Amino acid sequence: MANNHAGLPSPTLGDLVLPKLYSLFGIANKDSLYGAVAEFEDGPQLVAAGAKVKEAGYTKLDALSPFPVHGIDDAIGVPRSILGFIVICIAFCGTFAAFLLMWYTGAYSGPQIPGCELVGLCSYPLVIGGKPLFHWVFGLPIMFELSILFAAFASVIGMFALNGLPRMHHPTFNYSGIHRATDDRFMLVVEASDPKFKAEETLELLRSLGAVHAELVEDK
Amino acid sequence: MAAHNNSAANHPLLEVNPPLVLGGQSYHDVTESVSSISEGKTPKQWYILISITASITVMLFGMLAYLVANGIGVWGNNAPVYWAWDITNFVFWIGIGHAGTLISAILFLFRQKWRTSINRSAEAMTLFAVACAMIFPLFHTGRPWRAAYWLGPTPNPDLVMWQNFRSPLMWDVFAVSTYATVSALFWYVGLVPDLATLRDRARGIRQRIFHIASLGWRGSARHWRNYEMAYLILAGISTPLVLSVHTIVSFDFATSVLPGWHTTIFPPYFVAGAIFSGFACVLTLLIIARWALNLEHLITLKHLENMNKVILVTGWVVGLAYGTEFFIAWYSGNPYEQFVFINRAFGPYAWAYWTMISCNVISPNFFWFKKLRNSIPVMFVLSLVVNVGMWFERFVIIATSLHRDFLPSSWGYFQPTYVDICTFIGTIGLFLTLFLLFCRFLPIIAISEVKGVLAEQRNPGPGVVATSKVVDPKFEPVPVAVGTTEGSGH
Repeated sequence: MANNHAGLPSPTLGDLVLPKLYSLFGIANKDSLYGAVAEFEDGPQLVAAGAKVKEAGYTKLDALSPFPVHGIDDAIGVPRSILGFIVICIAFCGTFAAFLLMWYTGAYSGPQIPGCELVGLCSYPLVIGGKPLFHWVFGLPIMFELSILFAAFASVIGMFALNGLPRMHHPTFNYSGIHRATDDRFMLVVEASDPKFKAEETLELLRSLGAVHAELVEDK
Repeated sequence: MAAHNNSAANHPLLEVNPPLVLGGQSYHDVTESVSSISEGKTPKQWYILISITASITVMLFGMLAYLVANGIGVWGNNAPVYWAWDITNFVFWIGIGHAGTLISAILFLFRQKWRTSINRSAEAMTLFAVACAMIFPLFHTGRPWRAAYWLGPTPNPDLVMWQNFRSPLMWDVFAVSTYATVSALFWYVGLVPDLATLRDRARGIRQRIFHIASLGWRGSARHWRNYEMAYLILAGISTPLVLSVHTIVSFDFATSVLPGWHTTIFPPYFVAGAIFSGFACVLTLLIIARWALNLEHLITLKHLENMNKVILVTGWVVGLAYGTEFFIAWYSGNPYEQFVFINRAFGPYAWAYWTMISCNVISPNFFWFKKLRNSIPVMFVLSLVVNVGMWFERFVIIATSLHRDFLPSSWGYFQPTYVDICTFIGTIGLFLTLFLLFCRFLPIIAISEVKGVLAEQRNPGPGVVATSKVVDPKFEPVPVAVGTTEGSGH
């Protein structure tokens, strides 16, 4: 690995790509400390502990819980979801796609795309019942439906993409009691990459905040 | 946790609203009672039930194969009633599906927390009902493998033509297929955290399957933030969607010039009818499921009573629509319109009309009485009666308008063939088979959402407020000092 001017090892392409590939296929990438995980009995304790840990100057925090615990986002500094903006843009793409479909297939009478007859993609304007070839009124239902369809796909695919899922492996899965994070326990995670992170000190802080259990978790 | 329970029990909200999760349960109890259904040994009754419903489904496949081999003539559809049981069944099943979306989306937006125990099974019901519904238009084409060219805008080098987008039948194709897709997505998004719960309780290959199905969900605060946004958006777009679907289904009739169909009341009338029949169907299924799977503490009498109230209200909306139709027929002064309605009530299909009226308009009125609203046998029978009535409503609208229109020389009387009857019964078998499979293998109750309601019941303060964010502002929440509760260790 080449060193850059600061004397730190600069990451190679492999360093950047491989961990992502490993995590996607559920293979651990390297043996190193990931962070500390502390376990709480209920939501309010988690929120209180999260707020105290953030007050103590930690920034790389996460929480695992069996259901959304409100107040945790502000307590540990999780930013607002940007999903809404993505969805509304894609929804309008759906409206436009529906307009284009109906207008091109039923009202476009300009020069045809060369070779369109081979795949059945030529437009075919046809007057039926004396109605106009295209009008927004009859276009409305399909424009509406396709906007909804596009928005639904955008919100589901967008949500998983923003969450970095599917991801079959994650270091927090190495925590001994992780199976209870989807059952009845509330975990606070402090990552080792946090500048304030010192293994023993951080564990001590978490225990003092009322964690029923706290341990260091390796990235293996 | 004693401190939490005390403060929750004294909460003034609970005097007005009884708790939705009964019996002082912990989060783990909720996980346990829902997950154990899919983890335990398969009960013998399940095998008996599914062997019956699967046999009926096999009959459905047989009937469909027979239809494809011989053509649409095996159904009773003929001049003048070309749209008969097939579209009746289509509208019937689509309508049933609407209650699922109403519960999962509209009640979510109105922050009706009682929906959490029933939304998963209602959404599953939506999917299965829409699947049953789609069979009818697909097989009505006679050549279902060509339907992609006829129904969808598929590039077609043989015909080099396109669909007529000015036709409400095309709108219907887009509405129903969008509805099926969005319902499936909504259902899956709701399932992901619960699949992760099942994964964390499982071992071996089962764990592997649930790990892939839950996409490696781990319940991170960052995940929940996007997840809740996605859920809110899906609820927000499903609400106009569900209203649009039955509106567009009603356009199939309303945009025609046939007396009895050509009315502007159809969209709201169809939507109300859909909710009415759908709630009745959810009720039927849940009464059986909560009894068979021991879920009385999660699907409480309060849930059932609320559904009965919705049935009572929508039953009256439907009754009002019947009355309005008659009034407008008289008030319009249009002799054809007047004839259709007199013929409906007193003509050859009077038996169907009065079955519809007694099932849909008279029977829900039993729910005015709290005692009857809370009686399981009464609500079970009434839910079945309402479903029969709503099937008859669609049959009456379709058959009576078609069988005697403008030209008396073309009048006729529709009679179903055995293929019509067996195909319809077959779809009921398919619906129940899919529902039984769902009950056996997937979490039938939204575990994470019920825990959210439970958290609110335990900590009714600002510290933890679950899925639905607002506690009624009229009631002062009991302050639970965050971090000073028992078990926090300082």
